Amino acid sequence: MAETVLETTGLTMRFGGVVATDNVNFSLKARELRCLIGPNGAGKSTFFKCITGLLTPSEGQVFMRNQETTGWHPHEVASLGVGIKTQVPNVMDGLTVVENIWMAARRFMPSKEASDKAQDVIERLALGSIAKAELGRLAHGERQRVELGLVVAADPWLVLLDEPAAGMTAGDVDRMSAIIDEMTRTAAVVIVEHDMQFIRSIASTVTVFHQGAILMEDHVDKVMADPIVRNVYLGKKA
Amino acid sequence: MSRSWGRQDAATIVAAIVLIWLMPLLISTYTLTVLVIYGMLALSLGLIWGFGGILCFGQAAFFGLGAYTYAIAAINVGESTLPMILAVFVPALFAALLGAMMFYGRLTDVYLGVITLVVTLILFKFVNSSAGPQYVIGEARLGGFNGIPGFHTLNIPGQPDEYIWGDALYYVCAVALLAVYFLVTWLLRSSFGRIAIGIRENETRVSLMGYDVRARKTILFAIGAAIAGLAGALFANWGEIVTPGLFSLGQSAEIIIWCIVGGLGTRLGPIIGAAGLAYLKFLLGQQSLIDNTLIMGIILVLFVLFLPKGIVPAVASLWKASFGRRSGRKSARRRHMRRVDSANG
Repeated sequence: MAETVLETTGLTMRFGGVVATDNVNFSLKARELRCLIGPNGAGKSTFFKCITGLLTPSEGQVFMRNQETTGWHPHEVASLGVGIKTQVPNVMDGLTVVENIWMAARRFMPSKEASDKAQDVIERLALGSIAKAELGRLAHGERQRVELGLVVAADPWLVLLDEPAAGMTAGDVDRMSAIIDEMTRTAAVVIVEHDMQFIRSIASTVTVFHQGAILMEDHVDKVMADPIVRNVYLGKKA
Repeated sequence: MSRSWGRQDAATIVAAIVLIWLMPLLISTYTLTVLVIYGMLALSLGLIWGFGGILCFGQAAFFGLGAYTYAIAAINVGESTLPMILAVFVPALFAALLGAMMFYGRLTDVYLGVITLVVTLILFKFVNSSAGPQYVIGEARLGGFNGIPGFHTLNIPGQPDEYIWGDALYYVCAVALLAVYFLVTWLLRSSFGRIAIGIRENETRVSLMGYDVRARKTILFAIGAAIAGLAGALFANWGEIVTPGLFSLGQSAEIIIWCIVGGLGTRLGPIIGAAGLAYLKFLLGQQSLIDNTLIMGIILVLFVLFLPKGIVPAVASLWKASFGRRSGRKSARRRHMRRVDSANG
């Protein structure tokens, strides 16, 4: 039995009268790959933000490796060894790819080693041709890939990705799945995603959100075949 | 990489020494001293704004605080070494407290500007209304709008009777500016400086990497204030009087204009902007045909419209375009052409 690395109990987030996530109990084992899906407004991103510390939940707790992290700041969560990629690409536009990745690695090692690590990550993610370019000049897919590089550089044991495949070409998506596949060798990965094609390609357990709560949790094929899930997505009455 | 940096540093030192030696032939050392001091003051804001992304409307507060700290301490101590040290640490401590309040309170840019502005105003109003005999620190009277005159000016450390003034004060200020410049250079090459630039670029990302952005901004803010405080203390020695005018909004605004005109995100830009504009103001002050604040305003507007990056970045890119790596650009173009060809074919 693998260790549980991420657990939430009764996680609830209210914005005024709106309950964005409602009493969510979620748990994730080490080196597990999990996708969170659901229609718009289902509460996936709010749930994601509560875990990463970008939002403080109204009720409930978050545990990482059995340590309570409810209400921690994002930098404290990240310091534990949690790699986070937000929905909107968050990169440092005025700096080069090398400098970006160096900075991610520097948090956990001295400057010299971080430089070596950055070169290593650049090779692994095939970023060599754009290593010296400023992020602001790169294409969307490249920026997404660099942001994954920022996550990889910190050697995380838990990776949280919010819509990593959004707005990417088919080629980019393939490359992205390969990178995520490699990540799962050392880390548990949570992916919030819309793109069903992409989820099928990385074939994992899927948690379906609907109206702030977990609707079901199963393998992607079963979830896709489920009539209730299909109705939720197509907006029919079950 | 490190070798080329070394060469660049050596070139900077040589250029600086030549400048320090030659400038007195053109401009009187009395004027030069204050230009150098303004350069240091501008560099303090250039560091926190240009590299840390913290737009402080109240850099004059730390400048004035440094000057007043020096004056008050010098009257009480009767020599200059300890007051100089205090003039660096008091503003730094004040900035650390103020910064911690703002950054841990998660204030965004606009509020940060408002608070630093208001703090400057409060200090100005307070010092301005401290004329009564009850406003005394040790033996020093704050003096209200009259300021504090007659304090012990800079002396050779350990020899209170050996004053440093006139030409000697100019050389001390110039060397101090050079030292601060290299301190800033070193800081920006260190991990702390590189991460500070990351914070300027994207605060959220840096915190998602696991860095405590609040603490880092507070420290950078305090370093900027320490430099401004040092400039203030030197200014007090130059003027031999400190007045509430040091805390004025005009002074604060001027520092921001120096940085914009000189070029943000460079170390040299703010220094050149400060020295250039202050000298221009000095020249304009000698005539009475046109109001010089009007000309200052026009210069700022023209720069924002036509040279928004400032003098130094513009000159640097012009230099690169005309002399730098012509062959590199050609081969890049050839590569680009080849790509276009293959795309068409």
